[in-house]
Amino acid sequence: MSDQLLFAMEVTLNGLMAGVMYALVALGFVLIFKASGIFNFAQGVMALFAALTLVGFQTGQVPFAHLINAVFGTRIHHFGWSVPTLAAIVATMAVMVLMALLVERLVLKHFVNQAPIILFMATIGLAYFLEGLGDVMWGADIKRLDVGLPQGISETIDGTTFGWFGYGFFIDRLDIVAALVAAALVVSLTLFSQYTRQGRALRAVADDHQAALSVGISLRAIWVLVWSIAGFVALVAGMMWGTKLGVQFSLSLIALKALPVLMLGGFTSIPGAIVGGLIVGVGEKLFEFAVGPMIGGATENWFAYMLALVFLLFRPQGLFGERIIERV
Amino acid sequence: MTGQVQPAAAEAAGGDRRIGPVVMEMKNITLRFGGVTAIRDISFDIREGEIRAIIGPNGAGKSSMLNVISGFYRPQEGEVWFRGQRRPRLKPYQVARQGIARTFQNIALFEGMSVLDNIMTGRLTLMRSTILDQALWWGRAEREEVAHREKVEKIIDFLEIQHVRKTPVGRLPYGLKKRVELARALAAEPRILLLDEPMAGMNVEEKEDMCRFVLDVNDEFGTTIVLIEHDMGVVMDLSDRVVVMDYGRKIADGPPAEVRRDQAVIDAYLGVPHDG
Repeated sequence: MSDQLLFAMEVTLNGLMAGVMYALVALGFVLIFKASGIFNFAQGVMALFAALTLVGFQTGQVPFAHLINAVFGTRIHHFGWSVPTLAAIVATMAVMVLMALLVERLVLKHFVNQAPIILFMATIGLAYFLEGLGDVMWGADIKRLDVGLPQGISETIDGTTFGWFGYGFFIDRLDIVAALVAAALVVSLTLFSQYTRQGRALRAVADDHQAALSVGISLRAIWVLVWSIAGFVALVAGMMWGTKLGVQFSLSLIALKALPVLMLGGFTSIPGAIVGGLIVGVGEKLFEFAVGPMIGGATENWFAYMLALVFLLFRPQGLFGERIIERV
Repeated sequence: MTGQVQPAAAEAAGGDRRIGPVVMEMKNITLRFGGVTAIRDISFDIREGEIRAIIGPNGAGKSSMLNVISGFYRPQEGEVWFRGQRRPRLKPYQVARQGIARTFQNIALFEGMSVLDNIMTGRLTLMRSTILDQALWWGRAEREEVAHREKVEKIIDFLEIQHVRKTPVGRLPYGLKKRVELARALAAEPRILLLDEPMAGMNVEEKEDMCRFVLDVNDEFGTTIVLIEHDMGVVMDLSDRVVVMDYGRKIADGPPAEVRRDQAVIDAYLGVPHDG
């Protein structure tokens, strides 16, 4: 096999892996959009906030340390202990559930029956608030997140492919873990929504609010549930991205990459989020590989958006989105 | 155009059914939307096991009244008494959990879900297993799901919708959707069933079917039914007692035969000039 072809294969594989990472963020968007018709602009920041909180708990950081020091003139920063990873994850999840409760109580409750655009604006506000809160609570420095996920080149794949083709593929082990985690996440979310009482209630709310009320479903309880699940997905995404790039505030920008993913996959489809993520991942890597050198490179920054634009022209509802039918 | 009721069913409606004591009472209900008064000081009661109709011309406030009963609207004045107790301000889902199920005039079904799933949602309030039970699919969760499925299948049989069990509701024709909505309401095993124009927009045959189902439900399960209907003929055949509304006011209340002769009712339906 020619070197070019092998290299293209490697690029494709890496693209798939990168796509999984995008899909992880997109999943959170889809969940909330499906259940409440809200495009949650804060999903990316939620991932950042979850990662910050996780690192904070893990390393025994004192929340609001800078604020406390400024007010009381103390110099505390750390409790001086470190928390086991699993306990820190559980604690972070508790924080995310608390956030879901507060979001419902302080924001959503007051916007019942408002137009989607108003709720969308509210989530933009929420995004800025969370970003600020994360800053005040845990500080703005870039932190290293280590939850024990493997990183670096996968020797096995490198060795095997070298044996086959005489050319070793470089695949990051973290990306493989991310792919497995994403698969597990999708399977469990699907099982949850198809086979549990709460899942059925969730689908009911997503379909028709009024009908859901009439069969005795509390919308508010479902919203808290949905935002908690979205918080959980954000935590998973935050863990993956935080391990990969370090926990830094630019993480919230990965949410932007989720937009073209959603346009491709459709805003209402969980499989769509995954497939959309894969297409964007592979697309941008292959484009960079094939066309990039001719036009000066750095195409990864804009390729996904251009792809989404083209998609919007031909299939505005995305690959898996609900068909838009207008009866006249 | 009257839904012709089968002789047997008509007998059941008129004959030896056990109509019990008052289960719900509306006392001096007034409902306003801004400056518009949709319901003006209306009182009536609903007895256990009866079919109670609310009729009246368009815009009389019938649906508003049903929405008050089901908690979707909150009246500015008046009280709702349910089973001998004054009902506090409840949310619609809380009313549903008290055993008051309803259907909607414009059909509110979960279009993306199958007929079976739609009807299963009707039983959500009756399910008890925790999320952990379900995650592990332990005894309780499985037993519960099976038991509920059995009940739902019975209702499906009863309403003769076996052939569309797995079909997404969005693909069903109008008449069948109405029937699925009734099935979902029935699945909750309600004490009171509220039907908002169950025969609206149906052809003669569908109307007859629906009439039969309403009577059968009342007869077999002893369910108290409150229904809104436009079609005088249908109402006269179905109901035990009728409330007639016009411009948000109650103009008559009593058995169909009596109400039919009432001058105010005749005026409202024939459109005598109003001074209101």
